[in-house]
Amino acid sequence: MDRDLNLGEMIITRLINIAGYSAIIFVGMIFYFLLREGLPTLNEVNFGNLVSNRWYPIEAYFGILPLLGGSLVITIGATLIAVPFGIGTAVYLAEIAPRWVREILKPLVEVLAGLPSVVLGFLGMLVLAPFLRKYLQLPTGLTAFTGSLLLGGMAIPTVVSVAEDAIDAVPKSYRDASLAIGATKWQTIWRVTLPAAKSGVTTAIMLGVGRAIGETMTVMMVSGNAPVLPGGIRALFKPARTMTATIAAEMGEVATGSVHYHVLFFIGMVLFLISLLINITASFVVFRQRQRQERILS
Amino acid sequence: MTDQKGTRVRYLKQRLGFRLLSSMAILTILPIIAVVIYIVIQGAPAISREFITGFPEDGMRAGGIWPAIVGTFYLTLGTAIFSVPLGIGAAIYLSEYAPQNRFTQMIRISIINLAGIPSVVYGLFGLGLFVLFLNFGTSILAGSLTLAIMTLPVIISTAEEALRAVPQAFRTVSISVGATKWQTIRRIVLPEALPGILTGVILGLERAAGETAPILFTVAAFFLPRLPNSPLDATMALPYHLFVISTQVPGMPIKIQYGTALVLLTFVLSMNIIATVIRSRARASRQW
Amino acid sequence: MNKNNQKITIQNLILHYSDGTESLQDISLDIPAHAITVIFGPAGGGKSSLLRVLNRLNDLVDVVKLEGEVYLDDLDVLSPKTDVIALRRRVGMVFARPVVLPMSIQENITYGLEIAGIKDDQRLEDSLEKAALWEEVKDRLDDPAVTLSGGQQQRLCLARVLALEPEVILLDEPTSGLDPISTGKVEESLQALKEDYTIVLVPHSVQQAARTADYAAFFLQGKLIEYAPGNLLFTNPQDQRTQDYVEGRFG
Repeated sequence: MDRDLNLGEMIITRLINIAGYSAIIFVGMIFYFLLREGLPTLNEVNFGNLVSNRWYPIEAYFGILPLLGGSLVITIGATLIAVPFGIGTAVYLAEIAPRWVREILKPLVEVLAGLPSVVLGFLGMLVLAPFLRKYLQLPTGLTAFTGSLLLGGMAIPTVVSVAEDAIDAVPKSYRDASLAIGATKWQTIWRVTLPAAKSGVTTAIMLGVGRAIGETMTVMMVSGNAPVLPGGIRALFKPARTMTATIAAEMGEVATGSVHYHVLFFIGMVLFLISLLINITASFVVFRQRQRQERILS
Repeated sequence: MTDQKGTRVRYLKQRLGFRLLSSMAILTILPIIAVVIYIVIQGAPAISREFITGFPEDGMRAGGIWPAIVGTFYLTLGTAIFSVPLGIGAAIYLSEYAPQNRFTQMIRISIINLAGIPSVVYGLFGLGLFVLFLNFGTSILAGSLTLAIMTLPVIISTAEEALRAVPQAFRTVSISVGATKWQTIRRIVLPEALPGILTGVILGLERAAGETAPILFTVAAFFLPRLPNSPLDATMALPYHLFVISTQVPGMPIKIQYGTALVLLTFVLSMNIIATVIRSRARASRQW
Repeated sequence: MNKNNQKITIQNLILHYSDGTESLQDISLDIPAHAITVIFGPAGGGKSSLLRVLNRLNDLVDVVKLEGEVYLDDLDVLSPKTDVIALRRRVGMVFARPVVLPMSIQENITYGLEIAGIKDDQRLEDSLEKAALWEEVKDRLDDPAVTLSGGQQQRLCLARVLALEPEVILLDEPTSGLDPISTGKVEESLQALKEDYTIVLVPHSVQQAARTADYAAFFLQGKLIEYAPGNLLFTNPQDQRTQDYVEGRFG
């Protein structure tokens, strides 16, 4: 074989290998830069301050608990919306909807995934918030609940697509066996299909939660931006402020290398670690399931 | 008799259950349609030649949004330049070259993680690496690179799926007539997977075009009434512009806000529609 | 057997897959030129594996153990230094299911040529002619190859191999999916082709083996049980197992 061909093949193979490894490199680089800019926080801010419940950077109060709390409340709210609607829609699409309905609905769910978060935040501010203020008789419509509603909607496509894949992957023979012994389609869905797709559905929920925690623009625009530690269920109907929104709102104003700057990177680091935890757990659920399936099939 | 009654109850339950699930699906879908229609109705009156091709005037309270449109176009293009070759390369690696081992599993976990990292954290990363460390400044280059990394997982996973869908037999035949592995990929596998790959690329870029958080600290100019001259210039961008005029500028005419939202939505949704059309066409014409 | 006429020499070939499916156990076999050598036996006996070793397609799968020697004339087939691309051009392969590439009829033929850097328009017609397909497709060369019938597709696959002017043609149950008429056509082509080529065929039935074999090798569970000229092996098998299989008592 001629040399050129060999050389060309070798170069292209190298390049493809590098591209393949790039994902690992990027995750490593992202973590490195967050650490590099975020870790100085631990020297500059004493720990008591960091875990206090007061976030007021101008006076050097860097308590991140209110922000963690805000993220938590809004994410829980969003999950309570995204999970039933996401899984309900997934079951409907995978098991019940006629083909033509499916062909129309699936691209629409994808449209939701593609709607820019700033557009939803914008509408949330102008339409949803005034509506909620009026009908729930709140002093302001910009509350954690408003954020939860929108974030729940935004997490739905993630939940739907992952859960639908999982339900779709359940072998038809399982369903046939259940129907053959006289179960209705409805019973089959709940007693056979969903349990068989359990790990995929779990993954779907986790990824949906991850999506909600990480959402930034919408939540910044509609949640009222009050860094107050939430106490009790009523916090849902008060303004709140998430970790993501804090970074987005304040990073533009701080001086590079200042304490405030480092603290914002520190919060980014915390967010990164949370998403890492969620996604690694989710992917192990997926891998375990795949291995089990392979064992059954071979 | 009781048996019959039981059966009837069970089917009643099923009917109610189906009804419940389909209404949930409708409740999921309807708001999407409502959002799109509402923005079209509210935004349409603002759309004019001057609004699209004009520069902002009077502290953005009048005039057009041309610099933001151009900025978003450049950013999307820049994102594509970096993420498309890298993403397709990685997909080829995973589908054609990667051995089944722990290292490959690590790559897959990394991709899932990249997909899950909050967009604002990408913004921080872009600020730390591209803007400050590599000294690109707040620029189209820094923003494109940041968005490109964020877009990678979408492109990689859809492209890999498309590549894997190409029948293995094509590869074996191509190798058996004396093609090298790369010749096989380039001449047989890639052309067959192209529609699927394109769909993934466009969906990824759609996401990038609509994002705000990653460009907050890496590209975006609050107000810059001129077009960028080089990749190292800062620029306005549609999503950030909408954020600015809807939250930061007092006395902003509502019409301009909706108009901007409509332009952004059109930009993003047309990419979505193109991707959907490519995919369904490819499915219809597939011969294997 | 005429020793000077040998094309492929296999000595003490051992092969194990990592998933433990098929294997080859100490195979020694000389395959003569200008004849049809049939490799037959029950499924899982190692026939396909042997074929795939001959043009190194086994490189594509996980093989844990590969020992012994295979020579094509003087070329050490299994040596890591061997140029597999050149080898695969000398040793063509036709698969069980007709796999046409997703392109036109003409491009299916010229694909291998282009990759080899050969520009020779005559080969298109010649190869289709030899595969007994030219008359049927000469007016529709630009049609997608998938529009051909199954039998035509398999002959196209044969033509694709012939276009590269190989020395050896390996056929792995090439007629398993075809109707009797198409099968007959393929077998006819093979008889005509053996003048110029060395043909190694894994047949899809004992009957086909008996019809086509100049030489026949009976494989059972990875072992070569018996190897003899076709007319001898099918009429007077020396091994009891061969006899049982040929007479249809198992398999």
